[in-house]
Parts: sequence; C-alpha cells; structure tokens
Amino acid sequence: MFETLSDRLTTVFSSLRTKGKLSESDINATAREIRIALLEADVALPVVKEFIERVKERARGAEVSQALNPAQQVVKIVNDELIEILGGETRRVRYAKTAPTVIMLAGLQGTGKTTLAGKLARWFKAEGHAPLLVACDLQRPNAVQQIQVLGERAGVAVYAPEPGNGIGDPVGVARRSIDFARNAQHDVVIVDTAGRLGVDQEMMRQAADIRDAVRPDEILFVVDAMIGQDAVTTAQAFLDGVGFDGVVLTKLDGDARGGAALSVRHITGRPIMFASTGEKLEDFDVFHPDRMAGRILDMGDILTLIEQAEKAFDTDQAAKMTSKFASGEDFTLEDFLEQMMMIRKLGPIGNLLGMLPGMGQMRQQIDQIDEKDLDRVAAIIRSMTPFERSNPKALNGSRRERIARGSGVSVGEVGALVTRFFDAQKMMRAMAGGMGIPGMPGTRRKVVKAAKPKKGKQRSGDPRKRALQGHVETEIPALPPTLGGGLPGGMPGQLPPGFQMPDLGDLQGRKKK
Amino acid sequence: MEYVIVIVALAILALVAGGVVLLRRPGGRRLPPPAAPPVRTGTVTEEAGEAGSIATAPVDTVAPEIELPPPSAGRLVRLRARLAQSQNAFGKALLAVLSRDALDDDAWDELEDTLITADVGVVPARQVVDDLRNKVKVLGSRDPAQVRELLKQELIAQIGPDLNRALHTTPHADGKPAVIMVVGVNGTGKTTTCGKLGRVLVGDGRTVLLGAADTFRAAAADQLVTWGTRVGAEVVRGPEGSDPASVAFEAVKQGIDTGVDVVIVDTAGRLHTKTGLMDELGKVKRVVEKQADVDEVLLVLDATTGQNGLTQARIFAEVVNVTGIVLTKLDGTAKGGIVIAVQRELGVPVKLVGLGEGPDDLAPFEPEAFVDAILGD
Repeated sequence: MFETLSDRLTTVFSSLRTKGKLSESDINATAREIRIALLEADVALPVVKEFIERVKERARGAEVSQALNPAQQVVKIVNDELIEILGGETRRVRYAKTAPTVIMLAGLQGTGKTTLAGKLARWFKAEGHAPLLVACDLQRPNAVQQIQVLGERAGVAVYAPEPGNGIGDPVGVARRSIDFARNAQHDVVIVDTAGRLGVDQEMMRQAADIRDAVRPDEILFVVDAMIGQDAVTTAQAFLDGVGFDGVVLTKLDGDARGGAALSVRHITGRPIMFASTGEKLEDFDVFHPDRMAGRILDMGDILTLIEQAEKAFDTDQAAKMTSKFASGEDFTLEDFLEQMMMIRKLGPIGNLLGMLPGMGQMRQQIDQIDEKDLDRVAAIIRSMTPFERSNPKALNGSRRERIARGSGVSVGEVGALVTRFFDAQKMMRAMAGGMGIPGMPGTRRKVVKAAKPKKGKQRSGDPRKRALQGHVETEIPALPPTLGGGLPGGMPGQLPPGFQMPDLGDLQGRKKK
Repeated sequence: MEYVIVIVALAILALVAGGVVLLRRPGGRRLPPPAAPPVRTGTVTEEAGEAGSIATAPVDTVAPEIELPPPSAGRLVRLRARLAQSQNAFGKALLAVLSRDALDDDAWDELEDTLITADVGVVPARQVVDDLRNKVKVLGSRDPAQVRELLKQELIAQIGPDLNRALHTTPHADGKPAVIMVVGVNGTGKTTTCGKLGRVLVGDGRTVLLGAADTFRAAAADQLVTWGTRVGAEVVRGPEGSDPASVAFEAVKQGIDTGVDVVIVDTAGRLHTKTGLMDELGKVKRVVEKQADVDEVLLVLDATTGQNGLTQARIFAEVVNVTGIVLTKLDGTAKGGIVIAVQRELGVPVKLVGLGEGPDDLAPFEPEAFVDAILGD
C-alpha cells in the first residue's frame, strides 16, 4: 500500500514547516513526490511530465499564503490543477435536431461497453426517452445474447437481427438500425460495438465504417479505470481511428486510483461524461471531477464512503442509530455489534478506513486489520448474554472467563475489548454532547477537550477544500486526551494523530448543511 | 445524517477492533495471508507422488485432434511476432538510450521512464535501473550490446525464471479430475481464457468439462457453451442468478462421475473490493474442495491493467490462494509490465498469456521469450 501524496509531501516539508514561502528547491523536491504519486495512480508518463511543469509554473508564481504551509499550498495547487483539467468542460449529451439521436460506444475488449449500453439505455429511459439498443458486437461469443438480456432488464427494445458469434456484418446492422429506430419511434439509438485493439487496423476500419453508417451524434470512448500507462496509446489510437466526443470511465467501484481519467482527458481533450460504478444497471452517474482529483491523489474519499454507506445501510437502522447518537443515550455492545455488521456490508474494513483522509500514517496498521479479527470481536460479543451486552459494566472476572471460553479467545482479549469499548462509549458521549448543541460549548466540555478547538475553525463549504482541511488537522501530532487515555501507552500513534478529528470536523461541517 | 453515523461508527470500529488486533500482535503474531509458493510446492510433490509424471506443461505438447489447434511451436513464434509488433517501440526506445556514447544520469532516467511506461511500476523500475547501473559500473562496460544483455538478465531475474510455470492438469491417481478455477476482475477475459484453455487441453488429448459458475453476467454461460461445443467439451450450467458454488459443485461432481481428466470452472468477474463477492468466491472454492482438490486457481489479469493489478492479485491470492496468472490481451499496445511487480510481490508465476481473440491465441508464458520480445529481439 502506498502512502498518500499528502503524507509524502508532509515528510518532504517537515523540515521547512516554519517557512511560509515556496522556494525553488522546495518546488523541485515536491515535484518529485508528485511525480511518483501520479505515476502510482497510473497517470501516463508524458502527461505526468507536462502536468508537473504546469504545477511548478503555478507554484513559482504562487502568492504566499498565510493560511497554508508549503505542503498544503502545493497540494492545493495540484488539486486545483487536476480539477481544472478533469472538469474543464463538462457537458451533457447532445441530442440530434431530428430524432433519433445516435450514440456509439467504442473501446478495448472488456472495458464494459455492453454493460454500459444497458446502463445508458436505462438512464435515457428514465429521462423520458425511448432508447433502442443495437447489437453490433458480432465478434465475442454471445455478446448479442448479453445485450438482449440487458435490454430486457432495462425494459428497452433491442435491435439484434444477426446471431453474432462471428456471423453477420456489424456495419449493415448499424445502418439498418437507424431506419428501424425511425419506424419504431425510438428517439435514442445506442450502438454497442465489439471491443477492439487500437493496433488492429482492420477492426478500427470497421468501427469507422459503423461510424459513417450511423453518423452518431456522440461517440463515447469507454475506458476502464484500472488501465495503466497504455491509456494514452489506446486513447490516441481510437481518437485517430474513429474519433470520440466523450469518455466514460468504468469500474470506478474498484480501488484503482484512475489516473487514466487524467491521461485521456489531457491527451485527447475530450471531456469525461459519465462514470460507471458497479454491475447493476443503476450504478451509473455523471462524472465528478473533484472526487476524481482527490482519488488520483489518494486524498481520502469521504464522499464516496458516504455514498456507499447510504446505499448499503437500511434506513431504519440508520434512523435508530441517529436517534441514539443524538439523544446521547448509552451506546451498548449490542449497538456496537449491529454497527459493525452494517459497516462490514460496505466492503473490506481496510478500504473503508483508507478512505478516511489522513489515514495514510496508519496504513501499516490498517493492513494488519483483518476481517477475521472483526469476526473474533463479533464472536466475543455474541458469547455475552443480552444483559451483559447492554450492561458491559457487569462483566466481572467470572463472566469474562465464561465469555472467553465461549468465543475461543483468551480472557485478556475479552478484557481488552471491554476496556476499548468503554473508551468508545466515552467518545460517543462526547460526540453526542457536542452534536446536541452545535456551535456552543458542549456540556461535557472536559471530555470533548480535544475536539473543541476544531469547532471554531472555519469549514469550507467546498468538499475538496474540506478534505484538505481534514489533512491539515491530521498533522496535529498530539493524541487527544480522550483517545490517548484509551490506548496502551507503549504504542503511541497506532491510531493516527488526530484520528477522530476529521470525523468530528466533518460531523460539524456536515451537520450544518 | 447517516454519514455522521458511518464516520463515527468507523472510528469506533477502528478503535475497538483495531485495538484487539494490536493487542494480539505481540503475543501470537499471526502470519500474513498464507504465502502462495509453499502451498503450491506442496501440490506439486503430492501430484508427483500420485500421478508419476507431473504436469508436463500440456500446452507444450498440443496434438491437434478436434479442431486442429496449431502446434505449440507455432504459438511461441506467434507470441514473439505479436509481442514484437506491439512492443517494438518500447524495445527501440531502450535501444536508443543504451546506444548512446555516454550513459549519463539523463540516460538512466530515461531508461527508468521507459520501464515505467510499460507499467512496471515506479519502485521495480527504479530497482531494475539501479541494479543495472551498479553492474555496468562494476563491469565498466560501455558497449550497448553488453548493457542490453545485462538489462535482459536483470528483467528475467525480476520475472523469476525458476518459478514452476507448469499447469497441473493431470488427473489424480484416484481417478478424480484435475480442477482448474479461473478468477479475476470484470472484463479481463476469464470466460475466453476458459474456452481457450479447454481447447488447448482437448487438443492435448484430454477430456474436459467446463463449469459455468458465472451465473451473474448476462449470457456468460451461453458464451462458455459456445466455446465448449466448438471443441466438444461438455458444459455444466445453472440458471442465471443461481448460486455459483452449487454450479461449481455440480460441475465437479459430474466431472468425477463421467471420469473426465480436467474440470475448468469459470467464475463471474468481481472487483476485489467487493467483500460479499469475494466471500462468494471463497465459498465456491471451499465447496469444490469437498469433492476434489483444486489444482490450479488461475487469476486472469489484463495487460492493460496498471498499478491496481498488484492490489487485485494480492486480494485474490488472500481469498482463493492463486497458483498462477494468465496475462491476457498482450496483443495490444499494452506491455503488461505489472506482471513483474506481481511476481515480485506475491511470487505467483505467470503461466499463460492470451494473445488475441482467436480460439488458439493462448500460449505458455516463457520469461525469456517475453523479455526478448519486450526488448525487440
């Protein structure tokens, strides 16, 4: 697991923390780190080089900011620049003046064109159009069946006169589909084509022929977020071969950092129009440049985390939790167990923690956390009686021993879990106190001590700036007393400094929205 | 409001669970996720005992029977030809750098950049270049041809030439078939690989049964059936959306009953970040193991994949103990340099390479040929 860019830059600048200005050597040292970060995010090398030049240029001329230290200043420049490139011109689908609007999909094999065709169809249908799917992938075995099934799922008509599996002429199918659409009153035609390689002259010619046959209003280049350095070559080959007007980034639900987005945008100048984030037909969205920038830089992705959570959590549970938090009611082990199960639905715990900004410093620890350990914790709690779960204080020596035997762990582990749980409980109460009266000194002032100063701080309404601020805060080296007390003294820093700070901060910031 | 809860809940979870983890560590330090190599060796020896002649790479001895798959020699030539075609630029760039009169810092940087462009990754690229630089210094050689030879050695060393790349496809002594599972993220070419592999094995004179445990993607099973009928291999499938583990179980069961040599189980593509799906994959393997040992778990990686390929490989290896990698789509412009990082990190060898959409475009991986092709030999 790689460190985040901000962590790296923080190391670079640790010696110059007091300096409020970027010198030439600072910029160069930073540039190197940015280069590595971008390369690890799979941004293509030529793009990285140009990008770094631009950043250097901007950094040199940058006004000395009083509010940010050099590291933050550079990260901000990089982030702004990224967003500018990625989002320069976002636009909507161009509809044809006379129906049908024709949309053609092109890309390498296995990038998800056929699936995307289904998603697009569903999307257009939801927008009130009558889309038609055209099966022009006659190459891959059973691609035609796949699109038929997808069409059925999306409730959309499919034009598939040829059986596929290498039989039939895709150009002819494409040509006839337009008339078919016109006759059947479809106002959007989505032409799915076979996956092809940029170097395959014959197939590229075929794609160009399909293009000439249907004269699409939009050609979308479908690219996989996991693609590496080859993105540049491929994008260029498709641009030369068929040309495209927009880009769709697929498989964004993985953990690839998606540097390809930057490469393709930079090389071709074509906007990224959609992002596809899952296997279901509804996992499809317009592209958010700011989130992508944060993702490429690995700055933590609170927003994505939240979205995932909103999808996975059932509203009843969430509402119950909320009332529990808000009322400051006691947090029991039962609640904890429930919460843990909810969170596990979101994905591997390491990934989730990784999405919190500023977790870079504890990547090692995150990597150590194993799903099995969570199982163990669950086993311990499940070995308790309902009474014990709601009254953890009642856990005396003999009860602990029984639980340890029941769950197959040592008594020490049960004890540690309980101690830790009490700390968590304390934290919860502190948060509940702070949340109850936002903006005012909490009633449990002593407990929230560490969190307090944060509240006064101005919070940016802009999520990415806030993410940046989150980082700033993680640099506070001292452990807040609430948390510090709960950790074994010999192991400082196993929770990152200011670990819950950004959370609290976000709590406040989001709450006010 | 839910987001607040998520964040708080995560924080608490990390605090409570993380603490337990940390507490456990000093005492019984648990081993990191089971390292693949030892287990694999285990299988090898076991098989050696049982089956006598172990795993002569079946692809080496293709004896065309049903649809006349071309002999393996032809495959390797084609591998070279294809790689040379797609990777010439890379080889040329390397050569251009190496044939300069003086190898200065810029030249070395350029060399590193060239490797990075092949998706080798920043860290391995740097290491290769640094090692090469040291060697050149020690040997005092300035001759481009010699440096090139050194670079080749260096790259081969990174790929690990002595890893066992044979596929275990010999049926077990007790009459049970060899079981191969094919796994990977979406769109890397798993089903195609299953089809091609089945073909190769049929060509090799073995009887093959395909299990279509990809019950999720629309028409995936149909795709496999198409492959199967081409070579006359039987395909076991379940209804769409059914439990993949049960389909896999059924496939292996039928394979044992009908006494085939090899059962190839195709699984649905899944992103390694989806815990639920990864658990499902683990279940598929466990269920299959109730009847017969899973001899090979092949992870299909797409040559275009960038640095994320490493994470994919790592997580798949943790869940199903990957024994080999199939590098697909090498016929494009992508260089597949991620393989170097994957082998370095996980010690899992690349066993096969996919070179195109043709039914016989699957070849055994040979480090030397691969590197030769990269360097534009």
